[in-house]
Amino acid sequence: MAHASAPAADRQRERTTHPGWFLLPALVVLAVFFVVPTVFNFVYAFTDWSSFKSEINAVGFDNFTQLAGNGTLFSSLRITLVYAVLVAIFQNVFGLALAVLLERDTALNRFARAAFFIPVLMSALAVGYIFQALLKPDGALNDVLGFFAGRDVTTPWLGDTTWTIVVVALIHAWKWMGLSMLIYLAGLKTMPEDILEAARMDGAPAWKAFWTIRFPLLAPAVTFSVATALLGSMNGFDIVQATTEGGPARTTEILNIFIYRTFGQGLFAQATTMSLVLFLMVALLAFPVIRMLRRREEIL
Amino acid sequence: MSGATLRRRPLRERSAWSRLQPVVTVVLVAVFVGIPMWLVVMTAGKSQGDALSPNLAPPTDWQLWENLREVWDRGRIPSAFAGSLLVMVPAVVGVLILGSMAAWVLARRTGRAYAVLYAAAISGIVLPPAVVTIVLLLRQLGLAGTATGMIGVYAGIYLSTVIFFVTGFVRTIPLELEEAARVDGAGPVTVFVRVILPLLRPVLATATILICLYVWNDVFYAFFVLGGRLDTLPLNLFQVASAGLYLNNWHLIFMYVVLMSLPLLIVFVVAQRKIISGITSGAVK
Repeated sequence: MAHASAPAADRQRERTTHPGWFLLPALVVLAVFFVVPTVFNFVYAFTDWSSFKSEINAVGFDNFTQLAGNGTLFSSLRITLVYAVLVAIFQNVFGLALAVLLERDTALNRFARAAFFIPVLMSALAVGYIFQALLKPDGALNDVLGFFAGRDVTTPWLGDTTWTIVVVALIHAWKWMGLSMLIYLAGLKTMPEDILEAARMDGAPAWKAFWTIRFPLLAPAVTFSVATALLGSMNGFDIVQATTEGGPARTTEILNIFIYRTFGQGLFAQATTMSLVLFLMVALLAFPVIRMLRRREEIL
Repeated sequence: MSGATLRRRPLRERSAWSRLQPVVTVVLVAVFVGIPMWLVVMTAGKSQGDALSPNLAPPTDWQLWENLREVWDRGRIPSAFAGSLLVMVPAVVGVLILGSMAAWVLARRTGRAYAVLYAAAISGIVLPPAVVTIVLLLRQLGLAGTATGMIGVYAGIYLSTVIFFVTGFVRTIPLELEEAARVDGAGPVTVFVRVILPLLRPVLATATILICLYVWNDVFYAFFVLGGRLDTLPLNLFQVASAGLYLNNWHLIFMYVVLMSLPLLIVFVVAQRKIISGITSGAVK
């Protein structure tokens, strides 16, 4: 954009030095495998497409009124939003805390960074099964708690209609906190030395210097990490499926769990409708979230 | 840098925290990474009766080999491993080549049309793919349930990520390097292959790691696209676990988890420093 007023001759030259056809293969793949299905979303959400009959008819807003009528639409939307916000908070708080804790380049810290990156490498499905085993009423966590309490503990960590969504969000955050840690470590390492030096000269206490000088300089890292955690977890599936399958009483049924379940039942139009809802929610949130975080970067 | 920070702080504060920090680190690693990993490995070595309610006790009788053999057959590990590779390798290679080509031109061209194209091309980073209608499209194309269809879908999903990372990187490469080659009579293809691609190595390495990770572990898109017609590792873990076959067979589930995680873990242990520094330098500019 900086060169928007470049003379026509330059434009002409660009055409031969950086020909547009280099874009073509990528654009074709994006069009076929991303854009066209998304356009289909806007079409088939208004039909009665299902596995029970061969023809597909337009039905207007029937799918939306039906899903809104029985409360599924808004409860799934609410649960997805709550889940995404919780994940974004936990993942970034843990990631930042780890980055600050492990900032110095000692052998132990390098080992610890690698250890906290292991969950990032593992399949989210596997992570879900591990925590299901840990958190069962007769699972390992209750065993340990029972040992210290001196009596049997049988808390159903994944069976509470209010708090299980928080537990599952914590698991999701545990899986990805190693990536946030690396993003924040990168931010901490690229800080201009003279600003830090000035802070030291002031003789401010370490924690105060951190919050007033170094944390604001982390703004780009925060933008990237919060935006990807928030918008990425809206598209979550594996961890919820492997721990609760949307239960208990559908209180952890995020949109993708609903889509998976109704697709399996052959109700393709309903699944498409929810897929469109997810798309619209992420699209509507992406722009304000990214703009808000960017503006914060500029102010600081 | 940290050394200088420490020297200026009051002596007491420094020594207290610098003695405490290693202890805190070891405890956190042991509790939050050690315990879950311990649970997986111990349970993978147990007999079915032993593993019925998974706990942190070591197996009374190690059965690693028996469990491995059972899961090998029941989870169709060889064909799942082959399927995972068959999909991952072309998807990652394709996405890197097509993405770099597009990113180079998007970074260098200045017209308004290219700014719009760039915004559109990277919007896939956050926008969720239309999983249900992808199935419909692939059926119409005759690609449903095939490796080709799956590769195309992954390419469509992760191209945005590659274009985003590589475009940012190309903008830091001085135009003079290209000019020098062009003066020698090199065309755009030669400039791209000889000058740009070799310089992209660090950013492509980071992108490779991230995309391998996503594709190797993906079960959600594979479920819709492949629908059980091609085995992949996560898909088989998911199918056998949710079909109830492994109900309370925690020893088999965790043996599967160990086998599935090993390839990535081995790569990580071997190239650990490179991977971590690659992601740290690529994530934030």
